[in-house]
Amino acid sequence: MRSILTPWPWKMAWRDSRSSRGQLLLFAASIVLGVAALVAISGFRANLKSALDLQARSLLGADLLLSGRQPLTGEAEALVDGLGGTQAREVRFSSMVQFPGSDGSRLAQVRAGQTAFPFYGTVEVEPPQALARLDQGAFALVEDSLMDQFQARPGDVIRIGNRSFRIAGRLRQMPGEFLGSSLVGGRVYIPLAHVEETGLLGWGSTASYRVYFKFEDEVDLTALLQGIQPQLREYRLRAETVAERKARLGRILENSADFLNLVGFIALLLGGLGVASSVHVYVKRKVPTAALLRCLGAKAPQTLSIYLCQALGLALTGILGGILLGVGLQFFLPGLLRDFLPVDIPFSLSWSALAGAGLIGLILAWLFSIQPLLFVRRISPLAALRMDYEAGRQPFDWAPWLVRLAIVAAILGFALVHTRRWTDAVAFAFGLLISLALLAAAAKLGMMLIRKFFPGTWSYPWRQGLANLHRPHNQTVVLVLSIGFATFLMMLLYLVHQGLLGQILRAAGSGQPDMVLFDVQGDQKAELADLLRGFGAPVLQEVPVVAMRLQSIRGRSVAQQLKDPGNTIPAWALRREYRSTYRGGLLENEELLRGSWPGGKGKGDGPPLVSLDEGIARRLEAGLGDELVFDVQGMPVATRVGSIRRVNWRKVQPNFFVVFPPGVLEEAPQFHVLVTRTETGSRAAAIQRAAVERFPNVSVIDLALILETVDDLLQKVSFVLRFMALFSIVAGLTVLVAVVGNSRVQRLRESALLRILGASRRQVFLILGVEYLCLAGMAALGGVLLAWLGSWVLARLVFQSPFVPAFLPSLGVCLLVMAVTVLVGLLAGRGLNRLPPLEALRAGAHRL
Amino acid sequence: MNTPASPVSSVLQLDRLTKRYRSGERLLTVVDDITFSLGPGETCSVLGPSGSGKTTLLGLCAGLDNPTSGSVLLNGQNLGDLDQDRLAELRNQSVGFVFQTFQLVPTLTALENVMVPLELRGEPGGAWARELLGRVGLGDRAHHYPVQLSGGEQQRVGLARAFVNRPRILFADEPTGNLDADTGEKVIELLLEMNRDFGTTLLVVTHDLDLSGKTRRILTLKGGKITSDRDSDSLSPPEPIPEQTRSGGLRDSSGTESEPA
Repeated sequence: MRSILTPWPWKMAWRDSRSSRGQLLLFAASIVLGVAALVAISGFRANLKSALDLQARSLLGADLLLSGRQPLTGEAEALVDGLGGTQAREVRFSSMVQFPGSDGSRLAQVRAGQTAFPFYGTVEVEPPQALARLDQGAFALVEDSLMDQFQARPGDVIRIGNRSFRIAGRLRQMPGEFLGSSLVGGRVYIPLAHVEETGLLGWGSTASYRVYFKFEDEVDLTALLQGIQPQLREYRLRAETVAERKARLGRILENSADFLNLVGFIALLLGGLGVASSVHVYVKRKVPTAALLRCLGAKAPQTLSIYLCQALGLALTGILGGILLGVGLQFFLPGLLRDFLPVDIPFSLSWSALAGAGLIGLILAWLFSIQPLLFVRRISPLAALRMDYEAGRQPFDWAPWLVRLAIVAAILGFALVHTRRWTDAVAFAFGLLISLALLAAAAKLGMMLIRKFFPGTWSYPWRQGLANLHRPHNQTVVLVLSIGFATFLMMLLYLVHQGLLGQILRAAGSGQPDMVLFDVQGDQKAELADLLRGFGAPVLQEVPVVAMRLQSIRGRSVAQQLKDPGNTIPAWALRREYRSTYRGGLLENEELLRGSWPGGKGKGDGPPLVSLDEGIARRLEAGLGDELVFDVQGMPVATRVGSIRRVNWRKVQPNFFVVFPPGVLEEAPQFHVLVTRTETGSRAAAIQRAAVERFPNVSVIDLALILETVDDLLQKVSFVLRFMALFSIVAGLTVLVAVVGNSRVQRLRESALLRILGASRRQVFLILGVEYLCLAGMAALGGVLLAWLGSWVLARLVFQSPFVPAFLPSLGVCLLVMAVTVLVGLLAGRGLNRLPPLEALRAGAHRL
Repeated sequence: MNTPASPVSSVLQLDRLTKRYRSGERLLTVVDDITFSLGPGETCSVLGPSGSGKTTLLGLCAGLDNPTSGSVLLNGQNLGDLDQDRLAELRNQSVGFVFQTFQLVPTLTALENVMVPLELRGEPGGAWARELLGRVGLGDRAHHYPVQLSGGEQQRVGLARAFVNRPRILFADEPTGNLDADTGEKVIELLLEMNRDFGTTLLVVTHDLDLSGKTRRILTLKGGKITSDRDSDSLSPPEPIPEQTRSGGLRDSSGTESEPA
C-alpha cells in the first residue's frame, strides 16, 4: 500500500470528491457525535484527575481524620491531644429532624461540628454568612433537598431531639462529598456546643465521633500514624488521610468516567456502522471510474488508494468536528455531573485526552470505511467496456475479514483499557456484538415479513414505500441498527430504573412491613407499640439489636488476621460493627441452608450456636462449627457457627448478618426495632409525627423515604446515562441523514420518474413517509424488544426480581422514535419534489 | 516496466484465442479460436453484429480479461505471463483506449481527464495534455467538466487522453456509437489523423461500415469466429451488417441469445 504515500492518490481523491463532498461530509458527521463523547469524557476525566491532585486536601477538609464509634475515652483524648496540630471535633449521627413549620419530619444525618472545619476547601452555603452564624448560637445549616422537601426557609425552626435550632441557611456543598443528599437522606449541621442538648447521644444509636487535624507541612503524617497504630487499634479509632480518601474517590470517579466512556464509545460504533454502510453504497457508484482508471493503467492498489485517501480525509474531518464539539461539551460536563463531584473541576484542554480520543476515532472510522472500500481492489477494468459486466466467481477474499477482526480487536482493546478486566471487556464486546446481531436479524426478518405478507391490495404509495426498503443498495439494516440501538439504550435505562423501584414497592407489597422504627429503648417499647396500634398499625416485629464487633475467628484475633499478609478476609468484614439480634426461629424471608435452627446453647457447656448469613459466612470464610468470639461492648462472647441462612434482604425490616439464640444477649446493652405496616402515606406521616414528638430519639424509615432516596439516586444516575444515550440517538439520526443524502440522487430520479408517470407531489411525499415509518417501526420495535430482553436478563441474573415489560411506556418510546425518524427523514429528503421532473432527471444523471 | 526497445514484427499477435463463459448449465463460446496479428501502424477494424464477440475480443487483446485458451502477445509480451499489476503497467505504457460511452471521469476537468495516464506514471504532463486538447480543438475547454461538454466534445477529450501516453496500440470500442453521423464522422477523421501522426496501431471494434472502410484491414466476426480477414481496398465489398440485428448473435444450443456487445 505504498501508493498511498505518493501524491497522486491524494490529488485524485480530492478531484474525485468534487461532486460528493457534501455527502462525504455527511458520512463524517456520523462519527462526530461518538468522537465528541469520547473527547468530552476523556478530557473531563483528565481535568478531574488534576483537580483531585490540586484539591486533594479539600477532599477530606483536613490532613487527618480520626473517627470512632464511641466518645473518646480519657486515654484516647490524651493521644489526640498529644498529636498536636489544629483540631476540630464533630459528632455524626442519624436522627429524625422535625420541621414544625410544615408539620413534617424526616430521618437525616446530623453533624454537630465546629466551624473551624473544614480546614481546606469551602463549604457552599446560602446565604454566605450562614456558616459563621453556627458560632453564634443554636443555628443549623440544612441541606438543599430537605429545605425544598419541607419548604423551609432560613429563619425557620427545626427540632432535633429535645433541642430546637433556627435555620441559618441552605447547605449546598461540603468539600469532598458528593451524592450526599441521596445517600444519607440529607445533612443537617448544628454547632457541636449544642449537641448534648438534643439528648440524643448515648441512646444506643450509632454515632461517629470524629477529630479532624490540620498539621504544618513539615509533619510526616505517615511516620506519625505508624507510631500510634497500636493505640488507634486499642481505642478503636480509624485513621483516614488525604491520600487514602483521594485514592478511594479517584477510583470511584475514574470507574464512572470509564463507564461513561464505554457509553460514548457505543455512539462512535453506531456512527462507524453508518460510515461503513454509506461508504459501501458510495463505492458502488464509483465502479465506472475505478474500472476506467484500471483500464488506463492504474494498478489495483493505486485505485484503492484514492478511496482510502478519501476515507482518511472523511475520518479526519469527522474527528476534527468531534474534537471541537467534544471540547465544547467538556465545558458542560462539570455542571451536568455536579452531584457526583467532590471537587470543582476547572476546565483545561488535555492534549493527551484529545489525542487518545482522536486516535480511537480515527482507527475505528478508518477501519469501518476500509472494509467496504476493499471491494475497489476487485473492480475489473472490463467494467469500463461493459456497464453490465459482472465478475464471475472470485476467490475468497480474506482482507475484509481481517478488517472485521481488527474492528472487533479495537472494540475489545478499548473496552479493556476502560474496564481493566478481560472478563468485563469480553462481556462488553460480546454483549454489544450480540445486541447488534439481534437487531440486524430483526431488521432482516422484518423486511422478509413485509415482503411476504404485505397485502398487495394496499394503495400504491404504501407498496412503493415498502418496496423501497428492499431497493438495491438499501441501507435498511444499518438504519435499523443505529436507530434501534439508541432506542434500546433509552428503553433499557427506563426499564432498569422502573424495575429497581418496582422491586422496592413489591417488597412492601400487601401485608408486608412498610415502616421501621429504630433506636427504641427498652422502656419505650410498650408505649410506642400502643401508639402504633392507636393508629391502626400492627406491630409486625419487635426486634432487639445488640452492637458488637468480631474479636477472633477460629482462635485468631482480628488484629492478627489483619496483619497477616496472606489474609483473604476483607478488612471491612473483620472491623465492622455487627448489629445482631437474638431469636428462636427463622423469619419468612430466611431460608436455612446448612446446620440446624434454632441454635440454642451448644452441647453441655459449649458456646452458643449462632446463625450466619451466607454472604457474610463466605466473606469471613467461616463454616459450621467454626468458633467466633464477639466483643459485646467490652464483654467477650464466644460462639460457634451453628447454621448458615439465606436472607432476602429486600424486605422493609431489619435483617441481620448474625443471629444469636435466646438466652445469651438479653442482658447486653441493646435497643429495639419495631416493624409495622401503615398501609397509607398519610397514616405513615401521622405516625412519624406522633412518634418523633413523643420519642425524639426514635428514628423512622418508611417506604416513602426509601423510595424517595433510591429514586433520587437513580434519577441522578440515569440522567447522566440518558445524556450519554442521547449521543447514540443523535448519532443514529445523523446516520439517517447521511443515508438519505447518499440515496438522494437515486431518489431524485425516482421521484422525477414517478412524477413523469403522473404521481402527485403528495404521493411522492407519502412514499417517502411510508418508507421511513416502516424503517423506524422496525428499529423501534427491535430496540424495545432488545431492551426487554436485556432487562429480563438483568432482572433474572442481577436483581433477581420478576421482569416487568412496561407496555405503555414501550409503546410511547416506539411512537416517539418513529415520529422523530420520519420527521428527520422527510426533512433530510426535502427538495426532492422541488425541481421539474426533467430537470431532476438531468441533475440526477450529472451527479451520478 | 518499460516498453521493450527491440523492434517487434507485430504489435498485437493472437494465437488460437478462445474465451468461454459458463452461464448456468451452459458453456458459451464467445471468442472461438481466433488467430491474427497486427503490425506497427496498422489499422484494423473488427466488424460484426451485436453479440458476435467483438467487445470480448477487444477486452482480451487489451489484457482486461483472461482467455480460456490461446495467447495474446502485446508489444512482444505474452499477456498470460503478466499479473494484474504488470498488465496495468503495460496498458499505461503502451495502450490507448477510446470508448463508446466516452468514459470520462465526471469529477475531473477535460484537462485532468487527459492527464490521468501520465499522472499514473508520476509524470507531469500538463503542457502535453493541453497541447493535445488544442489538437482536438478543445484548447479553450480545458477546465470544463464532462457534463459541460457535448457528446462529440467528450469523445474528443477521450481521443486526447487515448494518445497522451503515445501508445503503441489503440483500442477503440464503437467510438462513434453514441454520436450522430456528422459528429461521428469528425471524430473518426480526427482519430485516424492522430493515429497516422503518432504511428499507432489501431484496432477498432464497430458495426459501422463507413468507419470500418477507413481502416486498412477488416476482420469480420460472427458467432465468435473470424469469418473474413481482408484489406478494405480489396475488390469484394464487405458483407453487409444488418443494423441492430441479433440474428448473427451468439446462440447457445437452445437458441437463446447471449452476450450483448
